[in-house]
Order: sequence, then structure tokens, then C-alpha cells
Amino acid sequence: MRLEARAGSSRIALLLAPFAAVLFTLAVCALLVAWAGAPIGQTYALLFEGAFGSRFALSETLTRATPLILTGLAAAVAFRARLYNIGAEGQLYLGALAAVAVGGLHGGTGWELPPMLLFPLMLLAGAAAGALWLLGPAWLKTKLGVDEVVTTLLLNFVALLFVSLMLDGTMKDPMAMGWPQSVAINPELEFSRLMERSRVHSGLLLACGLAVVVWGVERFTTFGFALRAVGANARAAAFAGLPVRRTMLVCALISGALAGLAGVGEVAGRAGYVTLDMSPGYGYAGIVIAMLAGLHPLGVVVSAVFIAAVLVGADSMSRAIGVPNYIADVIVATALLAMLVATLLTRYRVRWGRA
Amino acid sequence: MTQTPPALRLSRITKRFGSLVANDDISLELASGEVLALLGENGAGKSTLVSILFGHYVADEGDIEVAGQPLPAGDPKAALAAGIGMVHQHFALADNLTVLDNVMLGTEPLWQLFSRRRAARAKLVETAQRFGLSVNPDARVATLSVGERQRVEILKALYRGARILILDEPTAVLTPQESESLFATLAQLVAQGLSIIFISHKLDEVLRVSHRVAVLRAGKLVATRATRETGKAELAALMVGREVSLPQRERRPRGDAMLRLQGVRAMQGGVAALDGLDLDVHAGEIVGIAGVSGNGQLALAQLLCGTLAADEGSVRLKDEAMPAQARTWLARGVARIPEDRHAVGIVGDLPVWENAVSERLHTPAFSRWGVVRRKAARAFTRQLVERFDVRLSGIDANTRVLSGGNMQKLILGRALSVAGDGVTPTLIVANQPTWGLDIGAVAYVHRCLLDAAAAGAAVLLISEDLDELFAIADRIAVMFKGHLGAPRATEDWTLADIGLAMAGTAAGTQAEVPHAA
Repeated sequence: MRLEARAGSSRIALLLAPFAAVLFTLAVCALLVAWAGAPIGQTYALLFEGAFGSRFALSETLTRATPLILTGLAAAVAFRARLYNIGAEGQLYLGALAAVAVGGLHGGTGWELPPMLLFPLMLLAGAAAGALWLLGPAWLKTKLGVDEVVTTLLLNFVALLFVSLMLDGTMKDPMAMGWPQSVAINPELEFSRLMERSRVHSGLLLACGLAVVVWGVERFTTFGFALRAVGANARAAAFAGLPVRRTMLVCALISGALAGLAGVGEVAGRAGYVTLDMSPGYGYAGIVIAMLAGLHPLGVVVSAVFIAAVLVGADSMSRAIGVPNYIADVIVATALLAMLVATLLTRYRVRWGRA
Repeated sequence: MTQTPPALRLSRITKRFGSLVANDDISLELASGEVLALLGENGAGKSTLVSILFGHYVADEGDIEVAGQPLPAGDPKAALAAGIGMVHQHFALADNLTVLDNVMLGTEPLWQLFSRRRAARAKLVETAQRFGLSVNPDARVATLSVGERQRVEILKALYRGARILILDEPTAVLTPQESESLFATLAQLVAQGLSIIFISHKLDEVLRVSHRVAVLRAGKLVATRATRETGKAELAALMVGREVSLPQRERRPRGDAMLRLQGVRAMQGGVAALDGLDLDVHAGEIVGIAGVSGNGQLALAQLLCGTLAADEGSVRLKDEAMPAQARTWLARGVARIPEDRHAVGIVGDLPVWENAVSERLHTPAFSRWGVVRRKAARAFTRQLVERFDVRLSGIDANTRVLSGGNMQKLILGRALSVAGDGVTPTLIVANQPTWGLDIGAVAYVHRCLLDAAAAGAAVLLISEDLDELFAIADRIAVMFKGHLGAPRATEDWTLADIGLAMAGTAAGTQAEVPHAA
């Protein structure tokens, strides 16, 4: 078996690739479901129902999708420039911490700013925290060629330990009965609810709006062109006089800011404070989401909702039929692998037989 | 005549890649003691054919016999065992090992405890003597010249008992003198009964070295001719499929010096890639830079494209100092044609129209407030595509799918309009602009450069193809190990002189040497 390059990838093939990958994933995971002794059709039906079957289910899925859209965008925009930001998880946590620093600590530190000012400041602080956390690795990459996959990945642990330090120290909530939990932000700074009696918050609108903005920037601006050119062929970009280094650094700032905002959204939209288990790997799931979307910013919204649906639906399905909800993780991981293969197949065709 | 089977017989070989037929029903025979030249343009199917022969590809149809025995398809080991040896254009040698190590590499089983160096050495020395290939077995490959490395490659094949030797564009990296020595070696090999397939697209050397010529065009074998009974004109016509007239240089007045380099020195990878360069290029002239690949031409091109900084000396364009910044060079109207179309010239995964405007996207012509003026950019691209006759399915197609010739026309069009539509560039820096193009496209590129010079552009043409330089350059200078010799009028050079200069020997690298005609 071997691969032969195709002359060009058709648009239809590119569009169908994620759907083919998802179908393949569901087929493979059906085997696991069968192994767990559950009827396949009913399991998937329950999973779907748990994600979209009721007003509550839908609201939960959308709540879960909100941070995923943002981390998905963070990965998509960075990967577009071939800046492999694996650190969205850490950037998210630091964004959340910065949100609390601005929105929660001010009472105790003597800041007396009106919420009208504090709210944008909180968003800005979260975005800046994520952005600066990624700026270091990006600078090292452009200046010294240090592999950003390694640095961003390892900085996740640094970020998490720093959060842990803060939650047990400076930012510890004295009322939390000893649990490592930060003080809460001022309730006036919380995002508004989009639906009555649900957890969906206006962070969803922010995320969708940012997806459109990122799409527009990539498609219509000279910076977007530089971003795509640097990612596709950095040498040619430099030859054409594009500022390769600056493009890469600005891209890092945007990517980190998006991941940081995901953290702000989780604090201001959902929990109100920071805990160490606040993100069940949203940062990593963002990578899967970006890949499934073919790095397309609007596609990220769709694939984030899909991944959120799998996660939420699997929880309710496992309660109903007893298939462990780890199936969700398996589906997400398999989807990534399937998508990588599908992308490969849009560019190459498989020939059987020897060379 | 006795009925001994031919050394090699290819019968009805067909190979398709998708809808492309790379080899279409090709049958060929190779007698022992014969040099067969495989002539054809890029993409004619020469490489595919030898890859099938050597087992890298499996033919869709047809079969191969070596000395009357069928050769199993798709098995390089079988090809080696049958005595087929291949010398690639890009050598497959480990620089940090000695000649002996390189020759032995891969000939001994890995689980053998001790390497039989003494026996191997004796065999190598014996092989080298028999075929008159002098090489020191203990020399590190890194210290050898290109010509010597090629000898090692040939020895490697002979050591493994090759009876059929395939040479892929063997003279591309050699000086004229080194080529001569290669031809002498080949003569000695065939005298001892070996057979040789010599792949080339250069007519002169094909006529010089082969007994028979097989011409491939678009995957088909269009003709085989005994070399004695054919000529350059016929072969060119067969190769291209029609008569081609190549443009020639013409007399025109020389203007002021546009580009002036003085004492330019630049380090690259720890060595002085450019070492004390002095050069003037005037408006209305084409200055050719000759030299064996890797003697600093790339650094010179990068310097003049604004992507390499000079450590010492001055680089001035129209009497203004030039920084190492691509945008400044573009803004001053420097048209740049890079050596490597795919890796440097274009971004293959972006559409044609974005590549067409990439060098000027930030100018008011194509963007405002950081937003691309798509309409203007696309209209410009449509014009460019029409004016430079770029054949494509549409300006939204990925640039990657363009053929080499069309890609080069796109780059040429982009470069020549660098100073604005219809404005002649101040300076044109062209590094190997016709590499890998078919004769028609070569003629087109030459025409464009000649016209630009006639319109007052200063042109610097870097090329490893001496025929090209002699055809269109007004003056030629030779580069050797980062030094640039003084340019001389093209008619004052002889092929022998220039060959010596390319090899770094005396004449030509010094200032003006009186020409003895």
C-alpha cells in the first residue's frame, strides 16, 4: 500500500472530510459499545437525546460549547500559521485567574471602579494573560527555533501549578471550607443568561462573534494573508517581503487571547470562581475541534457544538444505559485521528499493491 | 550476427499517475558496450522510466529483461542483483565517511560481526584501477570535489558489479572540464563491455557521448536515432515537437550604473559565501554570472533580493544604500526571480491571485486600512495571466497545480510589474530563471529579459547553463568560492576559458586577460 499525491484537493472532498471522519468514528466506537454489552442504536439515540433532546439538554450542550469554540479558535488561528499552540489549557486557566484578579479581588484590594469599567477590564486582563503566556514560546520559536509544541505543552503544567499556588494562597476563598477555590467575582460582572433556568450565557455570543471576526481577518485582511502565507510556506512569505516574525508573534497574541477569554467565560459565565478542575481538558479538545473544522473559524463553531454534544450526551447516556461515559473521550480522540487520515486522503490517494 | 540477448530490453512499458500517462508504451533495447542517451524535456517521462527500471515504481504494463532474464518488478534489490547501477543527479553519499566506507555501505549484512574492510579495500582499488577511476579510498567524502564525488558514486555501482549504469543528468553539476573527464571515463566503461543509459536534456553532450539517442516527449518514445546520423536541429525538433527559435542577444546602448557592489562580504553558515565582491550592472545590459552550483550564487541572489545582509562593503542601487529588507528592494523597483519556484517563489497552497499580488499587497494599489482590495487584486491577476500567457483553470486555483513553465511565467509577470503596470523595473535579479523549463518557455523567459533590458532595466542573470549565458548575456563574470571575477564582454570568453575560471584556475578569475582569438 502506498500514497500518491492528488493533483488538487476538491472543495467537496474538503467539505466532506470531517463528516466522513465523524461517521467512521461512530462506527468504530459502536464496536466498543457492543463490547460494553449495550445495543448500539439505542446507545447512540440516547447520546443524541442527551445532547439535543430537550431544552435543558440543548442548553447544557451550548454551555459546554462556549469555551470549546474559543479554545478551538485559539488552535485554529495558531495552526493556520503553523504555530502549534498546545498550551490553550494553561492559557485558559491563566485567563480565568486574571478575570478573578480583576473582578474578584478588587473588593479586598481597595480598587473602587464601577462595573461598567471593570467588566471590559476583566475581559482584557483575561485575554492579556493568555496572550502573554503564549508570547514567550512564540518568541523563542521565531528567535531561536525552540519547538513550540514542547514549550507550550509543558507550560500547561506550570500554569496549572501556579493556579494551584494562588488557590491555596493569595486568591483562596476563606469561605470555601478549605477547598482550593478562588474568591468569586463580583456578581455584577457575571455574563447575562441567554435562556431562563439554564446555564447558557452571553459568552456564547461573544465566542460566535469572535469566530466571525477571526474568519473575516483571515480572509479579508493583509494580516490574514500574511498569516496563511507564513503557515503554508514561510520562506516564500519572507521572499515576498512579508514580516514573518511579526506575523507569528501577533498570531500568538491572538491565539493566546482567545484561549484566555475561554477562561474568563468559564469564570464570569458559569462558575463565578476558579477551581483546579474547572476545565476538563477544554484546551486540548480545542485542538481536535480545530482539526475537525479544517482550521476554518466558522467550522470551529460547528465542530465545537459537536464535541460538546458528545461530552454532554455521553454523560446522560451513561446514566441511562450504563455504558461508561469514557466513551466520550474515546469518540473525541478517535475523531481526531480519523480527521487526520481524512485530511491526508483529500491530498493523496491510496494505491494498493507494491510500489 | 550472433543471437546474444541485448543487455537490457524494455517491452511496452506503460505507467500512469492518475490521468497522467508518464510512460506510454515504451520499448527500448540496450546493447552491451553501448551508450544510449535518453533525451527529453522535463516531464517527458525520463525519470519515471528509469525509476521503473530500478524498481522504485511498478509499471502498469510491460516488462523488463536483463540479459535475457526477466527482471522482477518493483524490487530495487533485484535490479541491483541483476547488475543495474544508478548514479543520481543528487549524490547519495555520507559526507563524514571515507570513500571506502561509502562504497561498502549497504553491501554487508548488518548482523555480521566484523566488517571485511581489507577485502573490500582490495576490491575497491582493483575496480578503480580496472576502470581508470583514480580516487583515494581513505579520503573523506566531504573533502572531495563534485567531480570526484561523482566518481565515487560510479565506483559504488561498479563495486556492486553493475553491468548497466544509469546516469541521471550527470553533467548538471560539473564544469566543462570535469564533464570531459566524465566522458573519458564513460568511454572506458563501454570499452569493457558495460552499457550506459545517459539521461540529459543537453543536446551538445548527448551528441558528444552517445552511440544512440532515444527521444521521449510527453511520455512517448518519439524516435531513436543513431547519433552519427542525426544533428542538433533534428533532436531539438523531436524533443519539442516543433521548430523553436531561441532569441539571441542584441546590441543596445548601455546606460548608467544601476547596481553597484563594492567589497561586499557576507557570511552564510559560517563561511564567507560572498567574499569581496565588486560589480556594476548598468541600465540596458544583461550581466551573466556563471559558476558551478554552490559557489556563492545563491547568496548573491539573496543579497540582491533583500533577504541576506552584507557584513561588509556597500550595496547601492541608483546611488542609494540598500538595506537587507525585501520590501525596500521591491519598493525601489527590483524584480526578483528566485532559483526555487516551489519553495521560495510562490506559496503553493494559496490561490494564484494571492500569489500574483503577494509582493505588493501592502501597497495602496491592493489594500486599504489593512483590508485587501480583492477586486483590484483579481483584476490585476487576470491581466497578468493574459499578458504573460499563464495557462490555468482559474485564478482561484491553488498555485501548486500549475506546471513549472506556467508557474515561472506567473513569477515573471509578478516580478516585471513590481514597479507598477507597464513600468520597467530598475533592476532584474534572475537566478536560474529557466531551470527545468521546456524550450518554448525558455525562449519566452529570454525574450522577456531581453525586452526588459532594451527598455532600460539592468539585468543580472545567474545561471549554471553556459549556453543560456552565451545566448543572451552582454557581459559574463564567473563566481568561484565566493569570489567574483571581473566581467568580460561575452564575445571575449571562450568555453575553455570559462571552464577554467569555473574550476578556480588562474585565467578569468583575474582582471582583464587579453583574449587570444
